[in-house]
Amino acid sequence: MADITDPPRESFRLSQLLYDARYRSLTIQVVAAILIMLVLVELVDNTVTNLAALGKDIGFGFLWTTAGYDINQQLIPFSSQDTHARAALVGILNTLLVAFLGCILATVIGVLAGVLRLSNNWLVARIMTVYVEAMRNTPLLIWILIVFAVMTEATPQPREFREGGSASMLLWESVAISNRGVYIPRPIWGEGSGLVVAIFLASIVGIFALRRYARLRQAKTGQQLPVLWMSVGLFFVPAILAYFVMGRPVTLEYPELGGFNFTGGIQVRNSFIALWLALSLYTSAFIAEIVRAGILAVSKGQTEAAFALGIQPNRTMQLIILPQALRVIVPPLISQYLNLTKNSSLAIAVGYMDVRSTLGGITINQTGRELEGMLLLGLFYLITSLVISAMMNFYNSSVKLKER
Amino acid sequence: MSEAHAHSVAYVRDAMLPEQAPPPGETGALHWLRANLFSSIPNALLTLIALYFIWSLLAAILPWTLNGIWDAGSLSECREIRNARGIESAACWAVVNERWLQLIFGFYPTDDRLLASMFYSEGLAAAGGAEAVFGPGASSTDRIAFVGQMKAEIGNLAIFFFGYWRPLLALILLVVAVAPILYSSLPRKLLWFSLAFPFVAVFLLWGGTIWGPVLVAAGLVASLLIARVVAPAAGALIGMLAGIVAFLAIFLNPLPFLDLGLFPLLPNVKAVLDAAMPIGLPAIESADFGGFMLAIIIGTSGIVLSLPLGILLALGRQSSMPLIKWICVSFIEVIRGVPLIVWLFTASLLLNYFLPPGTDFDLLLRVIIMVTLFASAYIAEVVRGGLAALPKGQYEAADSLGLDYWKSMRLIVLPQALKISIPAIVNTFIGLFKDTTLVVFIGLRDPLGLTNAIRATGEWNGIYWELYIFVGLMFFVFCFFMSRYSMYLERKLATDRR
Repeated sequence: MADITDPPRESFRLSQLLYDARYRSLTIQVVAAILIMLVLVELVDNTVTNLAALGKDIGFGFLWTTAGYDINQQLIPFSSQDTHARAALVGILNTLLVAFLGCILATVIGVLAGVLRLSNNWLVARIMTVYVEAMRNTPLLIWILIVFAVMTEATPQPREFREGGSASMLLWESVAISNRGVYIPRPIWGEGSGLVVAIFLASIVGIFALRRYARLRQAKTGQQLPVLWMSVGLFFVPAILAYFVMGRPVTLEYPELGGFNFTGGIQVRNSFIALWLALSLYTSAFIAEIVRAGILAVSKGQTEAAFALGIQPNRTMQLIILPQALRVIVPPLISQYLNLTKNSSLAIAVGYMDVRSTLGGITINQTGRELEGMLLLGLFYLITSLVISAMMNFYNSSVKLKER
Repeated sequence: MSEAHAHSVAYVRDAMLPEQAPPPGETGALHWLRANLFSSIPNALLTLIALYFIWSLLAAILPWTLNGIWDAGSLSECREIRNARGIESAACWAVVNERWLQLIFGFYPTDDRLLASMFYSEGLAAAGGAEAVFGPGASSTDRIAFVGQMKAEIGNLAIFFFGYWRPLLALILLVVAVAPILYSSLPRKLLWFSLAFPFVAVFLLWGGTIWGPVLVAAGLVASLLIARVVAPAAGALIGMLAGIVAFLAIFLNPLPFLDLGLFPLLPNVKAVLDAAMPIGLPAIESADFGGFMLAIIIGTSGIVLSLPLGILLALGRQSSMPLIKWICVSFIEVIRGVPLIVWLFTASLLLNYFLPPGTDFDLLLRVIIMVTLFASAYIAEVVRGGLAALPKGQYEAADSLGLDYWKSMRLIVLPQALKISIPAIVNTFIGLFKDTTLVVFIGLRDPLGLTNAIRATGEWNGIYWELYIFVGLMFFVFCFFMSRYSMYLERKLATDRR
């Protein structure tokens, strides 16, 4: 009987690189790396040759030269004497502004539409279905153009607001919707207004502290506080008290018709309104579907179990349904926010001065730096979406089902 | 069982009771109304608000739509007609009536010779026959005048069906080519036509001699055949290499440092065949393409090309090879992180920097490539979701059956993963089709770009609702069909819920 021995060690053969699963992945990766390197070298070489042929170089010095153009909506002071970098910053702020306000409005409309679509009222559910389908199945660009056309062509001219004109201002003579834009009152921050704002902020912090205290108290003693009413009171009462105690430091400057146009107040341009409304309406249809799916994803047994435990219907919603539905809703919701932010680049259709129009538009045209301008523009959007998706991943891991 | 009991137990009923009508108030329209519209006081209030909303909406829209004026030459003429009729609001559908051909086809040239011979033979005879108008020696000003008069006389419908027969035939063939893919009950042999369709469509739409598309198709088939023939004799790897070499020889120059004048084979063979047998249609530039035709061309090519690419990217992202995974992840994240507009501008402004000096290819082709890459990154994420949702046991089962990577993916993993991700894939396609409107910003004439052009003319300045409604409805029809189809497919493939 022969001894059982190890099989003879095979020496490495070249063909193992192809036919042995242990080494094949290495071969494939080396080949892929070589191919990628070749492509990159080719691209860089082509770019350098092409730029040299055009007599251009690559450099970002243009950012610090005078921009020489005006921006019609600025959140920070800007004049045509400022640099291209500052123009880009103004554009970035404009993009973030419309994206932020768009996300808020889209969420409000979307949640409303999503909940109403599940309503047991047949008519309301049908109306919301029509709304969602109409929005989801037509291009966003059409909605932007429609809202813009309505804002510029169906609204009255400023002179119609004169005595005896056909148009009048809304909300106690404070808001004017004209074809030059919507004029709203501007708050004037007088002396002592800082204290009012500080007290308001402090009361918001107080609301969070109250909620935390109420939760701990319930966990310890089982007694519940009327958190909602106390929060509402805390939200309004201290700030209003401080407002009157300080002698009404915050006043409003109303828009007034002077000459051919309105003076005073804040002019919200039509381009902004068109972009904001269209983005919000369009995205809200997608959010409505997400909310609906999220609510439907919580099985009916959860509600029944909560009722069987004797939990009130509104507490059931708050403690049982919403936490579970939110886990389904929030990740796609945030990716919709991301979509909205990227879609805000459609500002080009209405001439809203976002970052694509300043950095990726006029700056490129004036300096001839397409490569650098597009690179910076792409980087801005890329960083924004990476930050938002990092936040999403953080949220996901914090609400993930803790399974054993 | 009841038979046995019926004899022994007195109270077991042995005849079925007749069915009774439901109690009053539990059926019929009234019950439905009460259950669905007026079940409680808040619900009734909601119903009333909804009814008021619908009524005021219809009161605003219906008279405007139905009183619409279909026959006018300009917006001011429309308004005159409206005032003459004494109506307060009326849509001016005349703009759609006059310009719908342009909205659908852009500036794609009509086949005037065919139109003239079919519908305008007297006029053609009066002008001195087809050769005198359309022949090589005829003056172009005369021809333009003749065509203008002819089009005014024969009407838009005849022009639609016969003047634009090339794009129309391509669309019909598209339906034929897509049908066997969408509905599995159709004969499988039709799939061969689906494979051939891209070449047919390119020939119909762009024209030129027939040899371009034929040779490209023949080149692809030849490369595949060579790989297939060599593989059994010399091994799979050598076969693949032979196929790649054949492909390079046909389409590119495999030896860039050695200029024999022979490679790439394709343009040389094409030149010979073009000279010998110039069979074909009049060539049409991409710059003339426009309207919905453009949206459908970009959308369809993007959809068809992005699905395989997206699946490959998703598989690459799941790969155990770090380099492959890293490449796929960065590609997907970079593409998805930046809006499509920025990519389109990149295609129109920057692509020429990255290509070898002197190359300059069609803007439409560049847009199609960009849109495909963009959509494939989204598809990859969707498919990745499907792959991740699949239980690990499926992968392990495929491995334990001894299937290699591609076989296990093709036979076990992908069919299930794709089934899970169908709704999201179709949503991506709908998004892609809607996004084709963005090409207007880099100078292509998509439907929205054409509405802007129409609104910029003197006659139709100031009109918007009518055009936007027309364009919006066209998009709605396509996208709505796609979303309904995805629902049908979901139901059909839901094998686990039977």
